[in-house]
Amino acid sequence: MSEFLQQLLNGISMGAIYALIALGYTMVYGVLRFINFAHSDVFMVGSFAAFHVAPRLGSGAVAGGMAILCVAMAASALLGMAIEKLAYKPLRGRSTLTVLITAIGVSLLLQNVGQKVFGAEPKAFPAIFPSRTFHLGTVVVNSTQLVTIATTLLLLAALHVVVHHTRVGIAMRAVSFNATAASLVGINNDRIISFTFALGSALAGAGGVLYALNYPSIDPLMGTLPGLKAFVAAVLGGIGNLAGAALGGLVIGLVETFVSGTRLSTYRDAIAFGILIAILLFRPAGLLGRDRVEKV
Amino acid sequence: MLEVQDISVGYGAIAALHGVSLRVGAGEIVTLIGGNGAGKTTTLRAVSGLVKPRSGRILFDGRDITGWPAHRLVAAGLAHVPEGRMVFANLTVLENLRMGAYLRRDRAEVNRSLGHVYRVFPRLEERQAQPAGTLSGGEQQMLAIGRALMSKPRFLMLDEPSLGIAPLLVKSIFERIVEINRDDGITILLVEQNANLALRVSGRGYVLETGRITLADTAAALQDNPQVRGAYLGG
Ligand SMILES: Nc1ncnc2c1ncn2[C@@H]1O[C@H](COP(=O)(O)OP(=O)(O)OP(=O)(O)O)[C@@H](O)[C@H]1O
Ligand SMILES: [Mg+2]
Repeated sequence: MSEFLQQLLNGISMGAIYALIALGYTMVYGVLRFINFAHSDVFMVGSFAAFHVAPRLGSGAVAGGMAILCVAMAASALLGMAIEKLAYKPLRGRSTLTVLITAIGVSLLLQNVGQKVFGAEPKAFPAIFPSRTFHLGTVVVNSTQLVTIATTLLLLAALHVVVHHTRVGIAMRAVSFNATAASLVGINNDRIISFTFALGSALAGAGGVLYALNYPSIDPLMGTLPGLKAFVAAVLGGIGNLAGAALGGLVIGLVETFVSGTRLSTYRDAIAFGILIAILLFRPAGLLGRDRVEKV
Repeated sequence: MLEVQDISVGYGAIAALHGVSLRVGAGEIVTLIGGNGAGKTTTLRAVSGLVKPRSGRILFDGRDITGWPAHRLVAAGLAHVPEGRMVFANLTVLENLRMGAYLRRDRAEVNRSLGHVYRVFPRLEERQAQPAGTLSGGEQQMLAIGRALMSKPRFLMLDEPSLGIAPLLVKSIFERIVEINRDDGITILLVEQNANLALRVSGRGYVLETGRITLADTAAALQDNPQVRGAYLGG
């Protein structure tokens, strides 16, 4: 039982990180209908930004940790907007394949520039939040997991407010439903797309910091695997669906964690891709995805 | 108010409009009639900035707006209710209406417009918390018109507002269109396959055939024109 609770906790905190990354994939898909493969590298840059500002912002205290997290999110948001402006915006109206190939190119570019700028060898990520361990019976709870889960919940709540209760957030949903109709009510689609990249990238940046807290060794290629799994999470939840991305992240995190606790643990990374293939075969619209109701 | 001068529009290799010219004066209701594929929708899309003409000019209030992006034209006072309505099905009725006022910052004024739209289409107020995708076709048409009104336009273009709607409701929607023109002083350019009804509420009309204007006259004259009667008014 306590083994189960332990794995459950581990799974939720892993799933929280996948959820944060998955949201960016799904939001960008919503407005531009393509998968931004460079998203996983924005996640990587988020952890490096935190790594570099940590010595200056007083790591180890809650306030310092929050400040570092905010800087990492801001840096990621700027990077996401820059990528969109420089790489994707000039391709507006081109085929999805063209944009997808460009995204892969941007991803490789970021990884290579990352190796040049940050160095290819792994760096030890500092404990930017106070670190403690609690024992609840036989379950070990470390504060990093609590920080991960609490931060994620906070960000999800903030995202919910933005998307449902602000003008720009509702405009984002409008653009993702019908970009033409959105422009006919006066929405400048380019601005909303840019905002979407900023929002998704900020969440990926937060994910990068939380991931580095849990696995405190960072390198410029670190984004690939979590990025792919978060992509699977987004597809699992129903690509374009925000709640679905969060749920998909949680499911992938839990499944992966529980699988690692069994004899199949060597297949933990393969599991996510098994799930991807299964969804594409049996439920292409994802868990929460459904066919749109459009009346004529 | 609107002056379209000799515009040609194409989609890739296909030419949809060959030198279309028309004008709509302030306060008028003008109808554009024509068969399927004649280029009616394309004409409206060119005016509202959704497609760029290959040649020709479009003037709005005497200003050359050719090539302006759609969102900028909304700010200039032009609204377009597109073919197929295009309501945001994933947003509630109220959110759709508020999006219509996307560019307006004065909350009190926006709320006043909302009240006005609800008076014109009381059904929308009853349904305001409902996702727009769950509305009936007629209600979606009301919502599309209401959303356009929320931008407080001076010039409104409607593309086939009667499409797929029960005759009784069509009549009521046309009555609202007349009111919007008369009471709110909004100039209207109407595209309709239901030419009978459209000409009855309009002052003037144009006939579009395969991308060219073939007739321009008062609505009364068009209704009496044997060619028009034969082709568009069911004899
Ligand atoms: N997106 C598009 N791509 C290619 N061709 C198009 C496109 N939209 C319209 N066309 C073509 O342009 C011509 C004019 O179309 P348009 O939609 O303007 O006609 P319409 O008069 O509105 O017809 P309807 O009464 O059926 O709505 C048609 O031949 C149509 O096939
Ligand atoms: Mg049409």
